[in-house]
Amino acid sequence: MGMGSYILRRLLGVPPLILGITIVTFLIIHATPGSPVDNLKLNPEIKEEDLQSIMRTLGIDRPLHEQYFGWVGQLLQGDMGISLKTYQPVRNQILDRLPNTLLLTAVALLVALLVALPLGVIAAIRRNSFFDYLIVSGATLAQAIPSFWLGLMLIIIFAVQFRVWGLPALPSGGTQTLPGGGGAIDRLSHLILPVITLSAVQIGGWMRFIRSQMLEVIRQDYVRTARAKGLRERSVIMVHAFRNAALPLITLVGLTLPQLFGGAVVVESIFAWPGLGSLAIDAANNRDYTMVMGTVLFISVITVLANLLADISYSLADPRVHYS
Amino acid sequence: MSDKLQSTGSAPTLVPAPVAPIVRSRSAGTFARSWRRFTANRMALAALLVLVLMVTMALSASLISTYVTKTKPTDQRLLHNFEPPSQRNWLGTDEYGRDVFTRIVYGGRVSMGVAALGVLVALAIGALVGLLAAYYGKWVDSLLMRFVDLMLSIPGIFLLILIGSLVQVDPIMLAVIIAVLSWFDLARLVRSEALSVKQREYIEAARTVGVSDIAIIMRHILPNVLHIIIVWATVAVPSFILIEAVLSFLGLGIQPPTPSWGNMLTNSTQYFYKSLGLVFIPGFFITITVLAFSIVGDALRDALDPRLNS
Repeated sequence: MGMGSYILRRLLGVPPLILGITIVTFLIIHATPGSPVDNLKLNPEIKEEDLQSIMRTLGIDRPLHEQYFGWVGQLLQGDMGISLKTYQPVRNQILDRLPNTLLLTAVALLVALLVALPLGVIAAIRRNSFFDYLIVSGATLAQAIPSFWLGLMLIIIFAVQFRVWGLPALPSGGTQTLPGGGGAIDRLSHLILPVITLSAVQIGGWMRFIRSQMLEVIRQDYVRTARAKGLRERSVIMVHAFRNAALPLITLVGLTLPQLFGGAVVVESIFAWPGLGSLAIDAANNRDYTMVMGTVLFISVITVLANLLADISYSLADPRVHYS
Repeated sequence: MSDKLQSTGSAPTLVPAPVAPIVRSRSAGTFARSWRRFTANRMALAALLVLVLMVTMALSASLISTYVTKTKPTDQRLLHNFEPPSQRNWLGTDEYGRDVFTRIVYGGRVSMGVAALGVLVALAIGALVGLLAAYYGKWVDSLLMRFVDLMLSIPGIFLLILIGSLVQVDPIMLAVIIAVLSWFDLARLVRSEALSVKQREYIEAARTVGVSDIAIIMRHILPNVLHIIIVWATVAVPSFILIEAVLSFLGLGIQPPTPSWGNMLTNSTQYFYKSLGLVFIPGFFITITVLAFSIVGDALRDALDPRLNS
């Protein structure tokens, strides 16, 4: 099968997947007890006909399948419903928050790769050395530390204690200093702690991955051939070994996105970062179902599309891929 | 004939061999070798010791509370809050004057208990789905695996947040919820391994002599994919501990006053200016436990599958 039809087939797989996601999200919401008007019922002043009219307005008096198709119909028109808390359109709030989450996750991913790849490669080259041992233990530790704890400790040290000690402290939350701030340096300084927190786990994972990839590749015949030709070690490692070891990174970046977005939820809520994750958490704590549904759906769709993109670019980058 | 086949299947071996007696002797050797490889790793032994300590501590929580610290995890002494570590309160006291050490011990029981139960449930579902998909193939396989693909494309933490926002959970329910949302990659792994096991001749032979589907799956295929399941479990336990902690930290998991390492940490963030230890201690215990589980898990994987090590 050719590459064109492979890409076409992958593309055709996306709509059913997204449809499936809407069904799962919808079923979870409706399989669990409780209704958005439960809180209103606690109010002794409320009349039964008011409840009925609120339920009618929200559309939750109709049978399930009607609700589902109504919801999907709205989604197709780009309407994600109205927040039960703020009565603002869910879509607007998500789009408002999206750039912040994308900035945070993109910078964290970039930092993680920039730190992890060189260290992982060096660890593989000097296998079983002290440095290798240090890298492997560091990676294990980085993956074991809960990110929310790391974030809190960073805040306590760099935002709180540094101020106490009279050192230049980093901001503990938000995207810029209010009021006034907002310059490039100000924004950058707000990014530092969240990015460290979010990328720590990633760094651990990437280091292990690239190390084991390199160890695998270094043993291959073409690397031995390159050495035998008398190429400098540097070019053997960088050109022959690393390029092949790093190829699966494309797919892996796609597969890591759910983790990154998941991590962003925690990091955003610690650092009061106004992104999608903190939006989802606030919505969850406020029982704002439409908002939670909207964010889950939105993040899932982004993930699906990112994986699609990763698969396609992998098939373009590696001619050996079998299109089956 | 069928005797021989059954002993082939049920022998706890990772390297299936055609004849039963050989399997016996070789399998003993495999495990002895695995154990030797494991014990050669001093780091792993140290981590195992830490684990045993943590688990013992958690299991004997009520004993420790009765005889060692002589206080319950919910006993308040409001006049003695935010005290530093002392003879009476080894790790100090929290905002209500409760003994932090007692709460850590009880919290460990909740955190590790949720993870252990969750992993067991996830193992059962994931292994079953993977085995069924691989064995029956065709539409069963397509249906189950498309569902797995679907669920893997939704970031799990968001689904957990979604459910956490809808229901108030107790520890057992939390474990089940985490499990129900986390078995998908296991099913995929088990399926692909079982697919290759299914092709082997002894499966064909078992089918020919009329062994039932269930017996073939449970006695002949399952033992041969067991190493995949074990390795998955060693990764899953620490990650489930982290998931429980994250959810409780976000206010969607275990609710106070029941202590869990996650909700102790959340709680402490409001008082960090009074006592840094309150923030440090629960996170430290989570990290140490997760770290120990990961190291033991890695060593176990290396020991069970020497091919990765060569």
